[in-house]
Amino acid sequence: MRLREKRKESAFRFKGRRRTSRDWLNPKSKIQNPKSERVRLIILLLGWLCLVATLAEFIAPYLPGTQHRQSINLPPMRVHFFAEDGRLHLRPFVYQVERVAPRGVGAGRRYAENKQQRYPIRFFVQGDSYQLLGLVASSVHLFGTEKQVASRQSPVASEKQLPATSEGATHATIHLLGTDHLGRDVFSRLVYGSRVTLSIALTSLIVSLLLGLIVGGVSGYFGGRVDAVFMRFGELVQSIPAIFLILALRAAFPLEISFGKTLAMLTGIFAFASWPEVARLVRSNVLSVTARDFVLSAKAVGASDAWIMRRHVLPNTLTPAVLQAAIIVPSFILGEAALSFLGVGVQEPQPSWGNMLAAAQDLTVLLNSWWMLTPGVAIFVTVVAFNALGDAIRDALDPRWRGRSQGWG
Amino acid sequence: MTRLLIRRLVHVIPLLFGVSILSFFIIALTPGDPLSDLLSNPRISRETIEALRHRLGLDLPIYVRYGRWLIGLLRGDFGLSLQYQVPVSSIISPALVNTLILSLSATLVSLLIGIPLGVIAAVRRGSVIDRMCGFLATVSLSTPRIFLGLLALLLAAKTGWFPIGGQYSSSFDRLTGVEKLMDALRHLVLPALILSLAPLAIYLRQMRGNLLDTMDDDYVRIARAKGLSETAVIVKHALRTALGPVITLFGYSIGNLLSGSALVETIMAWPGIGKMTVEAVFARDIYVLMAAVMIASVMLIAGNLLADLLLGMNDPRIKLEA
Repeated sequence: MRLREKRKESAFRFKGRRRTSRDWLNPKSKIQNPKSERVRLIILLLGWLCLVATLAEFIAPYLPGTQHRQSINLPPMRVHFFAEDGRLHLRPFVYQVERVAPRGVGAGRRYAENKQQRYPIRFFVQGDSYQLLGLVASSVHLFGTEKQVASRQSPVASEKQLPATSEGATHATIHLLGTDHLGRDVFSRLVYGSRVTLSIALTSLIVSLLLGLIVGGVSGYFGGRVDAVFMRFGELVQSIPAIFLILALRAAFPLEISFGKTLAMLTGIFAFASWPEVARLVRSNVLSVTARDFVLSAKAVGASDAWIMRRHVLPNTLTPAVLQAAIIVPSFILGEAALSFLGVGVQEPQPSWGNMLAAAQDLTVLLNSWWMLTPGVAIFVTVVAFNALGDAIRDALDPRWRGRSQGWG
Repeated sequence: MTRLLIRRLVHVIPLLFGVSILSFFIIALTPGDPLSDLLSNPRISRETIEALRHRLGLDLPIYVRYGRWLIGLLRGDFGLSLQYQVPVSSIISPALVNTLILSLSATLVSLLIGIPLGVIAAVRRGSVIDRMCGFLATVSLSTPRIFLGLLALLLAAKTGWFPIGGQYSSSFDRLTGVEKLMDALRHLVLPALILSLAPLAIYLRQMRGNLLDTMDDDYVRIARAKGLSETAVIVKHALRTALGPVITLFGYSIGNLLSGSALVETIMAWPGIGKMTVEAVFARDIYVLMAAVMIASVMLIAGNLLADLLLGMNDPRIKLEA
C-alpha cells in the first residue's frame, strides 16, 4: 500500500515522468532520487566526522590539555571580516579578547574585544608540537592566529592600550568555541573528544560484530543444543535493561583506571551488552541461507561444514549483518556519553563528549557559559546522522520496516 | 489465554534465575567493597575491618554468598545496604515509587500528545503540521537525554518558572495540602516532559504509519462509500485497527518504566531508582545494585509478556505460541 503511494508521489514530483529504479543508479542521470541524495549527504557528514577524529591533532589548534590561563571561561570568539573602519578583509580575523570586569573567580569575569589588535586567521600555522596518531611528528595546525597586526588607523591608540593588556594579551589565541574553567580550548577538546567517542563506538561495533558473527553463525548453522544454549544466554543478557546492565558491568571494574584501560573496558561493556542482537540477526540470516538449494547441493556432494561456511554462508550473511549492526552505533555513542557524564567512563583530563558535558552540570557554568553545551550538539548531530543512516539501511533491506527504536541515552 | 499465560510464566522463572546468577556474578567481580575505603583510615585497625567484613559475610566464597542472597530474596529480603547499613528494601521502595510516578506521568504525556498528533499528521498528510511532526519526531528521538536534561536545568535556572531539580522544595513540610500538591507537580513537570519526548515520537510515528496503512484498506473504502463522514470513517473504522500496534508498543514501554529514566533522574536530582543505582556504583554497594538490576529485569520481562498478551488480545488472527 505504502509503496504504491510513494510511487504516486514521485510520479507527481517529476511531472508525470515515472521514475524507474535505473534512473538513480545511473550516475549520469539528471534525476536525483531525493532519498539517495540524502544518504549521500549523511555518508559525507559521517566521513568528515571520521576525518576530523583521525586528524584531531592537526585540526585542533591546541592540545586538549593546554591551559590558557589569561582566558578562562572565555566566550566563543567572533570571526570578523570587517575591521572597525569598515574595511573588508578577505582573510578573516579575530580581535584579541581581554578581561574587563572583576578579576575574580571564573563566572564573574567579563571579556571584551580589543578592537585595536587584529589577528588574522591563517592556515597551516605552527603551534603546539604533536605526533599525528602517535606516528608523525609535526607542529603544523590547520588554522590558528599569528603575531599581531597593529591597527592602521591609530598606532598611538594601540600603543596606549598596550600596558593594560600586557599581562597576557600579547600572544594571540583563537578560541572558536570559547574556553572552559581551566582555560582549555573547547573546540580543540571537542575535536579530540570526537576521536575518543567515535573510536569507542567503532571498536565496540567491531567487537560486537565479531562476537555476534561467531555465536550467531555457529547457532544458526549447527542448531540443536548449541543453538539453544547460546540463544538462551543472549536472551538472558537482553532481559536486563541496558542501562542497568551497563552500570552493573561498570561496577565490576575499579572506579579509577587509566585511559587506555577505560577505552578497553567501555568497548568490552558495550560489546557484551549488544552482541545478542547481532547474533540474532546473523542467526536468522544463516538459517535462511542454509535452507537454500546451493548449500543443500554442496552438502549433497560432500562438502565439509567449514568449506560451506566459508564459501557460502559467510559471504551471504556478512554484508547484511554488518549493515544491520550499524543501527546500534548510536547507542554506543549515547552509552559512552552517559557513562562519562556520570563520571564512570572516560576521565578527565582526557576529553570525551560525555565528560565535557558533565562540566556543564554545574549551575554557574550552565548559566554563564552556554558554549560548554556544544558537546551535546555534537552528540546530537552524530546520532542524527547515524540514525538516518540506519533508517536508510533498513529501508533498503526491508521496506516493510516501521520506526521502532530503543536508545540508552 | 490462561494456559498461555501459565506457559509463559513457567518460561520466565528459569530466565529470572539466570538473570540473578549473571548479575550477581558480574557485580561480585567488583574490586573492593565499601570497607576497603576504611583501610586507608589509620584510626580503624585491620582487625576491626576484617571483623566487620566477616559480620557482613563479605569474606565468604561467592557461591555461598549467592545462595544466601537468593534464599533471602525468596523471603522478600534484598539484603543489607553496605553503604547505609539498613535493609536494601527500605532504600529501594521509596525510590521505586518515585521512579514510577515520574515514568508513568511521562508515559501518560507521551500517549496523550503522541497519538492525537499521529492521527492529525496522518489525516493531513504532507501538510505543514505533518512535516513539523516528522521533524519533531526525528529531533526528539536523536537528542541525548543528558543534553535535554541540561537544557531543562538551564531553562529552570534562567526563567525561574520551574524548580532546579529535586522532588520537593526545602519548605515542603510547612506547606498546606494543596500547596504540597502544586509543589510536587511543579517539580515533576520538567523531568516528565523530557522523558516523554522519545516515546512521544515513537507513538507519533507508529500511529501515523498505521493510520496511513489502514486508510487504504477495503473496509475503510466501503465505509466511505456508504457515505459516512470523514470523521466517522477515521474514528470508528480506521483508528480502531490502527491503534493495535500502538497498544503493543505501550506494553513494551511498561517494561522500560524503571530503566528509561535513570539518566534524567541523575541530572534532575529526582530520588528514583536510577539515581540510586548510580550512587550504588560509586559506593560499591553491591546489594543495592543487585536489587535494582533484579527489579528492573522483572519489570522488563513482565512488560514484554504484557505486550505479547496485548498483541494476542488485540488481533485474534495472531496465534500465540509460548
